[in-house]
Order: sequence, then C-alpha cells, then structure tokens
Amino acid sequence: MLRPLLFAISIFLTFQVQAIVNGHEYPFNDGTDAENYTRAQLFRELAEELRCPKCQNQNLSDSNAMIASDLRRELYKQVKAGKEGQDIIDFMVNRYGEFVLYNPKIKGITLVLWFGPVALFLLALLVFVFVVRSRRKQSKQNIKNDELDEQELQRVQQLLHKTEQEGK
Amino acid sequence: MKRWALFLPFAIFVLLGFLLWRALYLDPKDVPSALVDKAFPEFNLPTLVDKKPRNVSDIKGQVHLVNVWGTWCISCRVEHPFLVKLAQNGVRIVGVNYKDDNDAALKWLDDLGNPYVFSVDDEDGILSMDLGVTGAPETFIVDAKGIIRHKHQGPITAGNWEPLEKIWLKLNAQAGTLDKTGE
Repeated sequence: MLRPLLFAISIFLTFQVQAIVNGHEYPFNDGTDAENYTRAQLFRELAEELRCPKCQNQNLSDSNAMIASDLRRELYKQVKAGKEGQDIIDFMVNRYGEFVLYNPKIKGITLVLWFGPVALFLLALLVFVFVVRSRRKQSKQNIKNDELDEQELQRVQQLLHKTEQEGK
Repeated sequence: MKRWALFLPFAIFVLLGFLLWRALYLDPKDVPSALVDKAFPEFNLPTLVDKKPRNVSDIKGQVHLVNVWGTWCISCRVEHPFLVKLAQNGVRIVGVNYKDDNDAALKWLDDLGNPYVFSVDDEDGILSMDLGVTGAPETFIVDAKGIIRHKHQGPITAGNWEPLEKIWLKLNAQAGTLDKTGE
C-alpha cells in the first residue's frame, strides 16, 4: 500500500522540480527537494512577472525574442544558485529599468499608475453624489412651489367666482 | 447647478482628446534607460582584432561612444558607414561585438571599414546584459569619467546625429575643463 503511494509522490516531486517555461525545461536539482520545489516555483513566478524589455507587452515566459531567452537563462542561473527573488528583481531593474516590472514599486512616478484609477473612481463618485443631491433639492423645491400662497389662492377663488357667475 | 458646471464634461473631453492625440506621437519603444548617469559597468573582455584584454579603465579619460553591434544585425549595417565617417571626424568609438561569430565580425570590419578604437568580443552577452542592451544597435555616450550620459537605441544616422553631437560636444567641453584643472 505504502510503496505505490511513495512512488506516486516521488513522480509528483520530480515533475515539480522542473519548470517548463516557453516550451523549455528548466530542471532544479541542486538543493533539497523542498529547496528545488520553491526555486522552480520562484522561477515560474518571476518569468511571469518580469517583462521582456524589447517587447511591448509580453513577459519573459511568453516571448521568443532573443533578449527574453537570454534573460530566462540568466534568471534560471540565478534562481538555481539560490538567489532571493528580490535580489533578482533588483538585478533586472538596475539594468533594464522599472519597465521590466509588471508589478512596479510604489514610488513617485508610479503613484499615478497605482492610485490614478482609485482617484478617478472617487471623483466619479463625488460627481454622482453631487448630481443626485442637487436633483433631489430641485425636485423638493418644485413640490414646494406647487403649493399656492395666499395671493394665488385669492386669485383662484376670484376666477372660480367669475366663471360661476358667467355660468348663471 | 451652476452654469459653468455644464461645460465640465466638454472640458474633460478636450483634455482627454489632447492627451490621446499627444500619445499618438510618442514612441512606446522609447524606454528610459536605467543606466543613464551611472558608471559604465565593469568588464574584462578580449578585443576582437588583437585579443588584448580590455577593461573599463580603457574607456576613461576621454569621451567615447560605445556602440553595441553584431553582424547578424541588419540595422548595424545601415549605421556602419556613418560610424566610419564619425570616426574619420575624430569621434572615438568603442565597439561591443554582441553575441557574434568572430570570423564574420572580422570580415565585416575588413569589408566595411573599422570605425572602432577597439571592439571587445562580448560573446556571451555579459557586458551587454550589464548595459541593459535589448537589441543591437545601441549606442552609449560615456563621458571622460566613465559615466554613461546618454543612450541611443537604433541606428545612428546623419538624420539623428545632431542632438547626439550636442551631447558629445558638451561632454568634450566639460572634459576639456577637467583636464585644465587637473594639470
């Protein structure tokens, strides 16, 4: 019972310590199983998150550009050597700029990028509330205006009186 | 509602229209280089012609254009005659032969002329990666202290040299004053 289970687990693990990105196999076998597993995972994540600097909108794992395959190899080398994700990201940003990050850091020039949509939404909400309120105010006023004041009442009565007399 | 508020949507429309119209003429490939105003990366590579090892100190002391090229790159062939002309006019150009076949590169220099003070053989693309090169040709203007001052993507031609020449002249002028104070 135990044996086939162990066999299945070991097969599962050997599949996991190999990242397949862009049709290429990137085996991770330098460390312990757990290390290999996290490295393969990190490699897959970074290949998704880093943008090919030559391409307009493709990440490293999608692009066939020469630079993308070079960077995949570099990424593989660094991940395999056990480098931290943040160190690898810094390595890339130092060379290719913030452009390579699909998940840019929050700082001066990226503030608009991060908070622009939220600000626009809040602005839209504000305009909406403003419009609704002023409409409501206006319709209330209209209702008020519908009530007749004393002068108007007198005039209505006069008119009614007049038509009554004419009808006779 | 106040009367001016009625013009708000129109104003937003005009603003958006202007932004989108501006964006039509921006080049999305024109990505700012991460290396401008940083020191030229360290390297230790043999030259293409005489295999002499060169490092970053070999490009210090004078203003250089550092041109990344390869025989596989078609735009490099386009810009090559202009580089030869620049070299004849006294512009010091250092080549980085990017992931290229040595024989093909040497034949290229024989056939088309060699505008380079020297070309280093960056066979594995290590220096090019440190330079953040995404494709050839790319040209860096490096000042006399070895600081990268400008990056140009794509071929240099007679048509786009003028703004680069300004930078080159300015850096040379600065280097000139540096030399005087250094004496």
